[in-house]
Amino acid sequence: MANPGVITAAEAAKRPAGGQMLASIFSKYGIFLIFAVMVVVASLLSPAFLSTINLINVVRQMSVVGLIALGVTGVIVSGGIDLSSGSVVGLSAVVAASLAQSADSSAPFYPGVHLPFIVPFLAACAMGALVGWINGGLVAKTRIPPFIATLGTYTAVRGAAMLYTNGRPISDLTDQYNFVGQGALGSVPVPILILVVMAVVTHILYARTKFGKYVYAIGGNEQAARVSGINTGRFKMLIYIYAGFLAGLAGLVVSARIGSGQPGLGVGYELDAIAAAVIGGTSLSAGGIGTVAGTIVGALIIGVLNNILDLMNVSAYWQQIIKGGIIVGAVILDQLKHRGGK
Amino acid sequence: MENDYLLVMEGISKQFPGVRALNNVELRVRRGTVHALMGENGAGKSTLMKCLIGIYTPDSGTITFKGEKLNITSTHYALSKGISMIHQELSPIPEMTVAENIYLGREPMTPYGLVDMRKMNRMATELLDRLHIKIRPTAKMRDLSIANMQLSEIAKAVSYNSDLIIMDEPTSAITEAEVAVLFDIIKSLTAQGCAVIYITHKMDEVFKITDEVTVFRDGQYVATEATANLTRDMLIEQMVGRTLTQMFHKEKAEMGSVFLDVENLSGKGFRNVSFQVKRGEILGLAGLMGAGRTELMDGVFGVTASYGGAVRINGKPVKVKSPADAIRNGMALLTEDRKLTGLYLNATVRENMFIANINRYLVGPFLRFSKIEKDCEKMRGLMRVKTPSLMQIIKNLSGGNQQKVLIARWLLTEPDLLILDEPTRGIDVGAKSEIYRLMTEFVLSGKAIIMISSELPEVLGMSDRILVMHEGDKVGELSRAEATQEKILQMATGMKIPTSLAA
Repeated sequence: MANPGVITAAEAAKRPAGGQMLASIFSKYGIFLIFAVMVVVASLLSPAFLSTINLINVVRQMSVVGLIALGVTGVIVSGGIDLSSGSVVGLSAVVAASLAQSADSSAPFYPGVHLPFIVPFLAACAMGALVGWINGGLVAKTRIPPFIATLGTYTAVRGAAMLYTNGRPISDLTDQYNFVGQGALGSVPVPILILVVMAVVTHILYARTKFGKYVYAIGGNEQAARVSGINTGRFKMLIYIYAGFLAGLAGLVVSARIGSGQPGLGVGYELDAIAAAVIGGTSLSAGGIGTVAGTIVGALIIGVLNNILDLMNVSAYWQQIIKGGIIVGAVILDQLKHRGGK
Repeated sequence: MENDYLLVMEGISKQFPGVRALNNVELRVRRGTVHALMGENGAGKSTLMKCLIGIYTPDSGTITFKGEKLNITSTHYALSKGISMIHQELSPIPEMTVAENIYLGREPMTPYGLVDMRKMNRMATELLDRLHIKIRPTAKMRDLSIANMQLSEIAKAVSYNSDLIIMDEPTSAITEAEVAVLFDIIKSLTAQGCAVIYITHKMDEVFKITDEVTVFRDGQYVATEATANLTRDMLIEQMVGRTLTQMFHKEKAEMGSVFLDVENLSGKGFRNVSFQVKRGEILGLAGLMGAGRTELMDGVFGVTASYGGAVRINGKPVKVKSPADAIRNGMALLTEDRKLTGLYLNATVRENMFIANINRYLVGPFLRFSKIEKDCEKMRGLMRVKTPSLMQIIKNLSGGNQQKVLIARWLLTEPDLLILDEPTRGIDVGAKSEIYRLMTEFVLSGKAIIMISSELPEVLGMSDRILVMHEGDKVGELSRAEATQEKILQMATGMKIPTSLAA
């Protein structure tokens, strides 16, 4: 008998390098290529697209969902899901706004209370982190599926926001507060700055710290992570808390942008954020896969798509249909990628 | 003498729902020795080790390590006390690099609180070089061969600098050359006073590398002996509790025409495989973990796509694109992982039995329960399923009885070819020998069986012909007369020259 074993072992080692080179390049950078193509097509379809004002507009519009998506990416990478982030936006918006009303407000929430900006800022972040802590606790301690845990908080937190203001908006906010949503440093709007800073911070957090490594490890193979001595419950908690914190921050930005804290803010944002992460290559089916850069591009793709459809006067109804198609298409692509890769 | 022992486990018991996995067992391991833990699947070896490493908590018993009584509640704690483990079935984290996997949980840090990747890679390089393992630390785990994954797991266990390393079937997926690397590592570890608990099914390894052997059977402690005082036959008898010929109920059936003829079939995990199965024949399918045996059968059965080549049944070309096609053509597949792909755990024994055959019991849109009841009752008797009633929820049955129900499910479809993937994994000795009896009866009635098994005694005991696979290729075929454990292992590890494993 010949010796097929040895020959094929050598062959097998070569195989991925040769035949799948193109596939592996695509699977790594595909989403960036798609984005580049979209930008080119968009600029051909509408000359207005490439104007500075329009581009800044695109990024500003996606900045809130982008912020949420940064945290959601980590949660999905860990093998979980967070449906509560849209509701967190509403809650943190009203709580922060209630602490940020100007002295001349016609309907003060806490009459006579005037606090420095840092207080509503921290309150927004803390509200988000608190909900994240509840989510993480439910997932890590009670071991109920993350979908159910965060479906519960999705509902309850929205209720809490309504309850807090009795369903009414909180207006007449301080200029300092509104600056976060409406202001600009030079020609760069503050929401974009916040997104850029948080994206860099989150990237470092996920890619370079112990915390990040463990989030990927838990999503990749929870049992393996546990037997490596990692306290998986603790790190699951932490990633939900971080995602909640970012959603809280997003709530601050939105309310500042419209100059009013409304309990109905952020409805559906959780799904847009999940869509951004998924389009950007975060895998819902296999944990441990996803990057900050991918998610940002995913959010940009949604933003550019909305923008170009707006510029071309496509009806909002069609826009939703197209967006839905893109989300499903991205996941199909992701599945093909993983089937081809192994 | 007592201080000679690095580890003393006494009176350990562990109960799982429906199974007494460990019953008052003991284990004593001396410093600087390699201690083999032997026993059949389901004997309780892995369960005991999982108690030691903190994955399970024993219901009773004491663990004394380095003279200190330990209450091991987490893996983290076990690692910190100097116990590490190479897990048998645990795959690493595929999207992370080799270095990241090795140092998972103890990453070196920069002064700024970030993970020091450069230092981690350097440490991994030094470790792998020291152990003579040729893997790039920056390679992603998913890109490694299974053998290299296993080697990196070995490196990881060593890197904890533990006093005791548990190796649970460390050679199940690696070739001869890598086994030599592992044995060198083990020798240098014991020379430094480290002890190794070595779990394996391979007899040669036991006699080559270990100093003492402890045998378990059906969750019970049997004996501990110095390896030098043991022979292979003594060891087998202790493990099985009877001699091998009694175990395998094998009668030669009359060979009929070729039932299944597969020619040059390829698919995910296997390439250009050709083979035939005759009526009246049991074809054994041997190979290491990841050799492509399960993948081949999934391809034949239409679970996964296959391409190229031809499949003929009773001489007629057929296209099997889905399990439904396969079943229509007279095939049945008992899958490897009964919990994952076989059982409906929360359904009754009866539902689990007739589900694959539901069309036969339909009258219009309704099920004829009287006929179902009759057929299932018949199967229950034939298979000797131990259950209080057909309406029992199946998760309350023992593994062996669950397996019998699954076999009954496929027998109800009256197949001509039964494909069994690890049919006796994790079931007790009594149920095993009954399954062997059923297999023999099945082929005696002029039908065929393909059996995938990682247990060589089972392959040798039951097969009429043995097909050996290695990394997706068929590397050889042996008749019952010419097959030996050594020959199969050599083929399965892709070795060129037929030398004795012990050489």
